[in-house]
Amino acid sequence: MSKVRVLVGTRKGAFILTSDGTRKDWDVSGPFFAGWEIYHMKGSPVDPNRLYASQSSSWSGQVMQRSEDGGATWAAVGNKFSYDGVPGTHQWYDGTPHPWEFKRVWHLEPSLTDAEAVFAGVEDAALFKSTDGGTTWEELAGLREHGTGPHWQPGAGGMCLHTIIQDPTNSDRMYIAISAAGSFRTDDGGKSWKPINKGLISNFMPDPTAEVGHCVHHVAMHKSRPDVLFMQKHWDVMRSDDAGDSWHEVSGNLPTDFGFAIDVHAHEPETLYVVPIKSDMEHFVPEGKLRVYRSRTGGNEWEPLTQGLPQQDCYVNVLRDAMAVDTLDECGVYFGTSGGQVYASADAGDNWMPIVRDLPAVLSVEVQTLP
Amino acid sequence: MSAESTGTGIEPDATAPLISVVLPQHLRPLTGAGAEVRLQVAAPVTMDSVLDAVEAQFPMLSGTIREYGTGQRRAFLRFFACGEDWSHQPMDAELPRAIVEGREPVIILGAIAGG
Repeated sequence: MSKVRVLVGTRKGAFILTSDGTRKDWDVSGPFFAGWEIYHMKGSPVDPNRLYASQSSSWSGQVMQRSEDGGATWAAVGNKFSYDGVPGTHQWYDGTPHPWEFKRVWHLEPSLTDAEAVFAGVEDAALFKSTDGGTTWEELAGLREHGTGPHWQPGAGGMCLHTIIQDPTNSDRMYIAISAAGSFRTDDGGKSWKPINKGLISNFMPDPTAEVGHCVHHVAMHKSRPDVLFMQKHWDVMRSDDAGDSWHEVSGNLPTDFGFAIDVHAHEPETLYVVPIKSDMEHFVPEGKLRVYRSRTGGNEWEPLTQGLPQQDCYVNVLRDAMAVDTLDECGVYFGTSGGQVYASADAGDNWMPIVRDLPAVLSVEVQTLP
Repeated sequence: MSAESTGTGIEPDATAPLISVVLPQHLRPLTGAGAEVRLQVAAPVTMDSVLDAVEAQFPMLSGTIREYGTGQRRAFLRFFACGEDWSHQPMDAELPRAIVEGREPVIILGAIAGG
């Protein structure tokens, strides 16, 4: 029977949750790297027992960890992230120039085809790649240097590159997203990049439709349709049907179109999940109700999923990397909250149950479906 | 690289006393070593040469005590030697004799900064 392994990064360590295909009974291991912030963990699609974890702290900066045995044991690998050349400046919150400074790795994306290759999205925003299992890292500097970098600015969480999506049908194509710069695409394996933000409207900007400056929170894609992208922006849920060349809003009947997480059903490319959050000042769910919203129409028409989720006095947040889906026949959906709960649905969102209730604040959730 | 190399190109005197370094609690799990480690350090024994030796023996600590690029002490860490705060002394200043002779440890402390 298949198994699932849920990788959970929290403010104070990492946890690994495992279950068989029924997803009813769970084993919890951890904390790993206790006391450190684990922004993200992810396994290699080529070798699922190879996991990467981004470990960081205000005291001692960035540490990278790698496991070869599915998370049972870990070893520190390379943590030197040096920007290519003189990195220059981006905009600070007040619009003044601010020097580019490496702070941490937000997102790890192992290669779809090479177990030794892994991408890292970092703060201050840049994309790095390792081809030796995380031992050494090299910046794909064409992104940061393509011209608009001086106009990028930090979102509330920092100026982070938080989303990395590889096109499974075209190894030269990749998408990334930055808060607050927007989305970018490469069609030549990361050498050059172009902003893909046409159609985004951000009213906090002097020019709401500018080429860059948009606070994109997360982007998701279904592997069967790599030209179709779904985006949770600071405000607005957006859709592109042309590989990001243009976007249109699909927020529809959501109670609020602010949020962080967005994901796509493993087998239904028009089925989406978001967790609406009340506002950018009130980072919790609206009306004290924790509701995942599902669209089976690729956006615009949304239904609340509440069975098993708290529907009163709930004021948690769900961050951008804290939702994932498994690939079992009945698609499982998972998300973690700022209150330390990790919820799972074994039936595509119809019913939910908490796997754990009392972890540290959850920063990220990834799922591996194992044979 | 051998465990006793400093990584500086200057070989330590194998007959010199071992230098003792107390690591901050949050870094100890990374090394798998205990709270206090003892190292051969090339003369002159300075904060930089001690940290070179620490990083040579425990490469996973590179970048966690001194920042990459600048080589500066991380803001939330403090250095102490013989009861004195060495956090703001020049990194190439020679450490007190009791440190050089291995009678007192260099202490690296994490700041109490709320978290």
